[in-house]
Amino acid sequence: MKYMLMMNTPRGGDYQVMSWPKKDLDAHIAFMIGFAQKLGAAGELVGAEGLASPSEAKLVRAGASGNPVTDGVFPETKEFLAGYWIVQVDSAERAYEIAAEASAAPGAGGAPLNMSIEVREVMSGPPKDPE
Amino acid sequence: MTLDVRAEHLLRDLAPQVLGIVCRRFGDFAASEDAVQEALIAAAVAWPRDGVPDSPRAWLLQVAQRRMTDHVRSEIARRNREGALAAETDFVVEPSNRDESEFGQGIDHDDSLLLLFMCCHPALTPASAIALTLRAVGGLTTAEIANAFLVPEATMAQRISRAKQTIRNSGVSFEMPGERGRAERLDSVLHVLYLIFNEGYASSIGPDLQRSDLANEAIRLTRAVHGLLPKDNEVAGLLALMLLTDARRPARTGADGELIPLAQQDRTTWDRQLIAEGVALISATLSRGSVGPYQLQAAIAAVHDEAARHEDTDWPQILALYSLLMRMTDNPMVALSHAIATAMVEGPRAGLDLVAALDKDERLADHYRLDAVRAHLHEMAGNHEAAVAHYLAAAGRTSSIPERDYLSAQAARLESSPTEG
Repeated sequence: MKYMLMMNTPRGGDYQVMSWPKKDLDAHIAFMIGFAQKLGAAGELVGAEGLASPSEAKLVRAGASGNPVTDGVFPETKEFLAGYWIVQVDSAERAYEIAAEASAAPGAGGAPLNMSIEVREVMSGPPKDPE
Repeated sequence: MTLDVRAEHLLRDLAPQVLGIVCRRFGDFAASEDAVQEALIAAAVAWPRDGVPDSPRAWLLQVAQRRMTDHVRSEIARRNREGALAAETDFVVEPSNRDESEFGQGIDHDDSLLLLFMCCHPALTPASAIALTLRAVGGLTTAEIANAFLVPEATMAQRISRAKQTIRNSGVSFEMPGERGRAERLDSVLHVLYLIFNEGYASSIGPDLQRSDLANEAIRLTRAVHGLLPKDNEVAGLLALMLLTDARRPARTGADGELIPLAQQDRTTWDRQLIAEGVALISATLSRGSVGPYQLQAAIAAVHDEAARHEDTDWPQILALYSLLMRMTDNPMVALSHAIATAMVEGPRAGLDLVAALDKDERLADHYRLDAVRAHLHEMAGNHEAAVAHYLAAAGRTSSIPERDYLSAQAARLESSPTEG
């Protein structure tokens, strides 16, 4: 089973990495690198990406002739996706375990962030013959 | 240039034979398996260029042994560097100048079985056992396996290497287990082969068409096990089940990859040759006695395959077979199929009553199949409103996109048709 683990962070919440002291930021980055390496070594990591700052985000819609119409940054958005992992594991419980580990990444002052990680199953299961 | 199909099959058939020999000689399963994998990759490059060698097995063996010798040398050097006892080596380096003739036709057939026992070791998770079996016994490359399971090659390589580590830590030796252990280990092997088949068969639709290779691979491996253990009824049963199920593959998806249920399949496209082979195999096996779950499932598949039209299906016979199967296994999926068969014989109400009893089964809690079956039975009973609700609930719970599309389409179809009864 494949699961997507999404790190949704509230705007203006704890996850303001740019404002952390360098020491804390370094510890956070080291944690994330080690975490990805560990998942990779376990043969569980399908993919992971961190996303650029939401201040760069655009909303795109198709215009009249199919041309892209972009709309600027939305300050009222309460949460944004900071990054994600896709893991392949044998059970939902294992996906939750991995999510909990990511949730406890060190933040400012080195204390665990305990941020919420949204866990969603990827539609990758095999279909059965309808009888 | 790439290998033609015949050379590819030859390579895959030879892989476990060569691995068996290298394991016997060097005793290190994990390193031997890597060496043989490298030899297979070397062959995939060299053979299309230079032609298939006169003695392909000797060719592979020589390359694998050269890799092994290099590995042993560097391992000894590493130990020396690390100050370990120079004399302490748990493998013997032998000159690799023996030739094929020494092995002659006398390949130890138990070796292939032994390799399967190693790869399907109970300490491994199913996902790891499947990957290792496909590589070590199936002769597939890591890239091919990764492709089949839609994960990056590095992920698959790590999974295989972890699986070998687990086997090493479990301390199991490259020896045939005793009579009792053998039966248990064979059960795990059959289960892994069954899972490989399902993964391939169930996914052989639309853009994932190439995964049907996994179904073929499972059939090839099960044929090999049947060749090694022709008298084992469950091995024969599993092979028959695969053949009889695979025979329907051309009919089970439509032009756009959508699922077509058994009742609506164009039975003229079923593979008659596979059906004939499967029916002959399961008939011969059942007449020998000692019936097991794979044989019963094969017998059920045979009854379906022998009906020229869906309405000709011998449901009482299928119901009787499911009743027998229920006594052998407490698998709730079997109980669900039994409920469907009951509905086909005694009517939808009887089926729905049986399904209701399954609500308490925690293993089925929230499983989409429970809703899907219920939807189907409500539709049979003419209760379209309940059928729609359950089709939609099932669609929301499945993790398969074709399945979700199928279930949503059923709900949409009923909503646009007037309610009967």
